[in-house]
Amino acid sequence: MQDIITISGLSKTYATGFTALKNINLGIRRGEIFALLGPNGAGKTTLIGIVCGTVNPSEGTVTVDGHDNVTDFRAARELIGLVPQELTTDAFESVWATVSFSRGLFGKPKNPAYIEKILRDLSLWEKRNDKIMTLSGGMKRRVLIAKALSHEPNILFLDEPTAGVDVELRKDMWQVVRDLRASGVTIILTTHYIEEAEDMADRIGVISKGEIILVEEKKALMSKLGKKRLTLQLQEKLSALPAGMFGAEQLALSGDGTELTYTYDTQAERTGITRLLASLNEAGIRFRDLSTTQSSLEEIFVGLVHNGRNGAAK
Amino acid sequence: MNWRAIKAIYRFEMARTGRTLMQSILAPVLSTSLYFVVFGAAIGSQITKMEGVDYGSFIVPGLIMLTLLMQSVMNASFGIYFPKFTGTIYELLSAPISFIEIVIGYVGAAATKSIILGLIILATSWLFVPVRIAHPVWMITFLLLTAVAFSLLGFIIGIWADGFEKLQVVPLLIITPLTFLGGAFYSVSVLPPFWQTVTFFNPIVYLISGFRWSFYEVADVNVNISLAMTLVFLAACLGVIWWIFRTGYRLKN
Ligand SMILES: Nc1ncnc2c1ncn2[C@@H]1O[C@H](COP(=O)(O)OP(=O)(O)OP(=O)(O)O)[C@@H](O)[C@H]1O
Ligand SMILES: [Mg+2]
Repeated sequence: MQDIITISGLSKTYATGFTALKNINLGIRRGEIFALLGPNGAGKTTLIGIVCGTVNPSEGTVTVDGHDNVTDFRAARELIGLVPQELTTDAFESVWATVSFSRGLFGKPKNPAYIEKILRDLSLWEKRNDKIMTLSGGMKRRVLIAKALSHEPNILFLDEPTAGVDVELRKDMWQVVRDLRASGVTIILTTHYIEEAEDMADRIGVISKGEIILVEEKKALMSKLGKKRLTLQLQEKLSALPAGMFGAEQLALSGDGTELTYTYDTQAERTGITRLLASLNEAGIRFRDLSTTQSSLEEIFVGLVHNGRNGAAK
Repeated sequence: MNWRAIKAIYRFEMARTGRTLMQSILAPVLSTSLYFVVFGAAIGSQITKMEGVDYGSFIVPGLIMLTLLMQSVMNASFGIYFPKFTGTIYELLSAPISFIEIVIGYVGAAATKSIILGLIILATSWLFVPVRIAHPVWMITFLLLTAVAFSLLGFIIGIWADGFEKLQVVPLLIITPLTFLGGAFYSVSVLPPFWQTVTFFNPIVYLISGFRWSFYEVADVNVNISLAMTLVFLAACLGVIWWIFRTGYRLKN
């Protein structure tokens, strides 16, 4: 299927001379949830800003559903809803008024029933007549989401939607996002809670220092980069690993000497498990139990970005 | 053109005015009344007539202009500066609207408000002195053109300003003095010849003169010149707006 957003050769150098994005090429697929991950200052917000029209690109183009977002910006922007990272709201407006305002701004006719539905979905209905400044931070965040949804966008950008939102509401919010996806909305989100991306995303992009360093299906990424860990519960305490054991560099002994972990790459030709077990047997090390765990996206992410940093330092 | 967006911005701005109704309307009414007490009663009793018009009545067009200019500039500049300051401008920038819709929405609302205030001042004046409007159509034309031109100026200031001080500087340090020196309270003909010449470099002279002519048919300059100057000023502001639009000056990074 054709990508709904195509970003080509995009670069951004701010007036300060700082280059926040370097030659970004990225396609977002129709109907997917795409998680854009990266450390602070990597350029996530800048990238989103350029696609949505709040930041001017220095070079490159963005097309949204076939519409160039500069030369045909009206058609492009109509499709997009943006939830900004910063909590920027009017203070004195009521929730209802500000959400209705957003709908008008995007040129859509009034539809009170639809706005009521959004406010109810986001648990804001009780607060509809309250002034925004009287709301808590998490509620303001949801007001921003309601504003972004007010014009029924086909594409939704969520720049750290869950920052400062409590656990329960976060679940509700992700439910809203899942429902949106089910209705065909394409969602691009950033978050520093990697486990959220792991839960939600279809694909993951990692950006570091203004460069996209990886774009992958989440599942493929997890299995490709995923390391598995085999944990052995030893019958007897071990003070140190016997010298010359197989796979010593992949083995680690816990502090109290009762657990041995073996980390291996699921993609490698041989995992080495058989030889490890044989080697343990030879050394007379017995174990009571064993378990394997797959590394989380967070570990993958930290590994990637960390390597990126080391790479840049060289 | 996205008319719904213009309407949304316009109504948003008018609602903002509505929330501050007391200070929006009461303050100018109060200060107008004070002008009448001070200028009309105290000084006016000494001057009695200016160009054959009762002094109290003579200052009415000047007073309306003073408010019109100040309010247009302050409303429009604040209106667009505030979203920049709070960050809510992200929404204007990401909406399917161009700079044109933004300008029409903000400038339209600011001009509407200042025209309403101008009319309120006119009504207040009626309570103090007799006011006669010889050419209502001209009067409305000047009111409208001036309100729009200075709201555009205010909008430009709001875009240019990167702090609250800058918002204040132009109205307080340029527009107020120029209005006072522009014949709001006297006829330019009472000045010595040298100062008359200097005064004609002040664009506001032409606005006030034309506006007063539409009331009492007395003017410092021919009314057609006044109209032409008003249009030139309007065109200059539109030119700057166009340039901002072309360059994206201070709107986006
Ligand atoms: N207006 C600006 N002028 C100059 N530099 C800027 C501006 N905005 C952002 N930057 C710089 O660009 C880089 C990328 O910023 P950006 O906000 O896109 O990062 P981010 O990935 O969203 O980070 P975070 O996770 O902290 O939100 C940063 O180094 C930042 O300092
Ligand atoms: Mg960011």
